[in-house]
Amino acid sequence: MHIVVCIKQVPDSAQIRVHPVTNTIMRQGVPTIINPYDLFAIEEALRLRDKFGGEVTILTMGPPMASDSLRKALTFGADRAVLLTDRFFAGSDTLATSFALSSAITKIGEVFGAADIVFTGKQTIDGDTAQVGPGIAKRLGLTQLTYVAKVADLDLAGRSIEVHRRAEGGVQVLKSPLPCLITMLEGTNEIRRGSMMDALRAARAEVVTWSAKDAGIPDVTKCGLRGSPTVVKRVFAPTPRAEKAQFVDPAGEPPADALINAIFKRAPKLEAELAELSRGY
Amino acid sequence: MAENPATPAPANSRAAAKKDLPEHFKAYKHVWVFIEQERGHVHPVSFELMGAGRRLADKLGVELAGVVLGAPGEATDHAVAETFCYGADLVYVVSDPVLENYRNEPYSKALTDVVNTYKPEILLLGATTLGRDLAGSVATTLLTGLTADCTELEVDADGSLAATRPTFGGSLLCTIYTLNFRPQMATVRPRVMPMPDRVEKPIGKIVTHPLGMVEDDIVTKVLSYIPDRDSAKSNLAFADVVVAGGLGLGSPENYQLIKQLAGVLGAEYGCSRPLVQKGWVSADRQIGQTGKTIRPKLYIAAGISGAIQHRVGVEGADLIVAINTDKNAPIFDFAHVGIVADAIRLLPPLTEAFRKRLSPHISDKLAS
Ligand SMILES: Cc1cc2nc3c(=O)[nH]c(=O)nc-3n(C[C@H](O)[C@H](O)[C@H](O)COP(=O)(O)OP(=O)(O)OC[C@H]3O[C@@H](n4cnc5c(N)ncnc54)[C@H](O)[C@@H]3O)c2cc1C
Ligand SMILES: Nc1ncnc2c1ncn2[C@@H]1O[C@H](COP(=O)(O)O)[C@@H](O)[C@H]1O
Repeated sequence: MHIVVCIKQVPDSAQIRVHPVTNTIMRQGVPTIINPYDLFAIEEALRLRDKFGGEVTILTMGPPMASDSLRKALTFGADRAVLLTDRFFAGSDTLATSFALSSAITKIGEVFGAADIVFTGKQTIDGDTAQVGPGIAKRLGLTQLTYVAKVADLDLAGRSIEVHRRAEGGVQVLKSPLPCLITMLEGTNEIRRGSMMDALRAARAEVVTWSAKDAGIPDVTKCGLRGSPTVVKRVFAPTPRAEKAQFVDPAGEPPADALINAIFKRAPKLEAELAELSRGY
Repeated sequence: MAENPATPAPANSRAAAKKDLPEHFKAYKHVWVFIEQERGHVHPVSFELMGAGRRLADKLGVELAGVVLGAPGEATDHAVAETFCYGADLVYVVSDPVLENYRNEPYSKALTDVVNTYKPEILLLGATTLGRDLAGSVATTLLTGLTADCTELEVDADGSLAATRPTFGGSLLCTIYTLNFRPQMATVRPRVMPMPDRVEKPIGKIVTHPLGMVEDDIVTKVLSYIPDRDSAKSNLAFADVVVAGGLGLGSPENYQLIKQLAGVLGAEYGCSRPLVQKGWVSADRQIGQTGKTIRPKLYIAAGISGAIQHRVGVEGADLIVAINTDKNAPIFDFAHVGIVADAIRLLPPLTEAFRKRLSPHISDKLAS
């Protein structure tokens, strides 16, 4: 069995600061991490490999330094890492990203064996669109299983998979043929630490590095800025609300009463509505 | 959406790339909203989008249409009728037994076919699990742009859709255009747009379209559906009153104070992200960018600092009340009413005072 996991290296957004005057991102010194949502996809892929045998290939598209994330994924025990990097990819939106990644997955199939399952995370924390997974699935003609909470069954001989998929009001239990693309839900597992052996192997491992041409992309106009139908016109900071909170000053009154008075003074109709609501309880 | 901010495009060079819309896209007209129904219920986000869609259609001087996909029967008929009550000028319907349960293959085929046949210029979907699953496939098949999780939708002077969404974990906003492709697609999360008024209206013009697919064509089968236990699942996103706690509460035991206040107010309870990460509260209670967006009439936040990722989830609340020991906490920058106080000490008397005030007869009885 061959599983390909797509991961993205992202800036650790907890540490992103916005320049107060120019409203630009202060990127300098912001550490990068594997997109946290992708860790669940990596772990699920490793678990399936451990149980059913086979190989896990990690794939990322990004700048050369994205190989750090790939190496990290190798320390968890992944078998192979592929970095897709080329100046033609710069400025890709979701459509262009899914084009590049799907081309690379096809190439990976030719070189290392066809993928039975492609995993992505639910979404990234910087792009945050949850759209790259469905885009890859559509381009490769794979069955698309999004928001998967659990792989309930895998039948390699019968070429089928059974998953629990999160829907709005419950969980769908779906059965699909292989190959398929799964976007993994967060909180479904916990990434392993990886063994000492894996760490040593990762340190020495070669990251397969492909340009657009290496990945068999014939038409770079479908990549990067040129291949992106969406255009970012403006980036700006949210406007702060003009007024600050009105502070409650108890002044002799019990603070709880002072707060309630302030609330109802501000929203007079609320008292009747709350009385109505609380009746149900 | 620019996918790779780690190697950002010079934003302005992209805008400068705007060309005239290719000839074959000029026939694309009107604003459409995908009406999401699952298991017999229309998701409220669809009607919220009808409100947003109405504004866009009026500005453009075009029609507003709903697209309803589903199995023949009462639920689909009802969804169609309701879509008119929320302002549709016409409704496109693909009704087929194969569409009984949501599956990507038949749904994306149905929606793609209707778009290719009737050519909308703008297509809006809810950013739900269903909507995101569907939108990504449809946009890829149509090879058009899709802006996810928008917080604001406007039309520009030249009639282009300007879709604004948070970026970089909510610390910045960006406005995105799909200039040379049609339709311009956008998704919006539930509760981001206000719910428009429902106006009783007769059923108007309906355009039906065949699915052109039979069950045997579809490789994914639904084996079963496990509905969430109502008691366990929160209705947080749609609650009128929400009480939430953050790390300032200090311990999972103190989180009970939040539940108690919520109980008295008939409210739903929620939390900031660290409480989920610590395992104090279940993930479906998280409010914010990576949790739920809420739009209650009253939001009470206790021991929550008000980080930007939390703020974006609560800004739609009519009245935000913050309890925090630190008078410089960022939450006071966007709360309407604030009190500098220890939540652990304030919450019990606050709960009691609300109880007395809201249902005096009950507390009197309890007291006697
Ligand atoms: C990609 C990403 C996504 C995120 N998504 C979300 C999200 O969806 N939702 C979310 O909430 N966060 C999210 N976060 C986390 C967010 O950045 C903050 O870290 C988080 O909201 C802080 O939670 P908090 O306010 O409970 O804790 P803290 O920031 O630690 O604040 C605790 C507050 O309690 C006050 N306090 C202390 N003691 C008391 C007391 N006795 N009484 C009253 N007040 C007291 C303190 O003054 C302080 O203001 C996200 C972060 C990232 C990086
Ligand atoms: N540049 C990339 N390289 C590899 N995988 C990616 C890349 N961008 C997105 N993905 C995958 O697609 C998922 C969804 O991303 P997004 O659509 O940006 O929210 C992520 O969780 C990744 O698994």
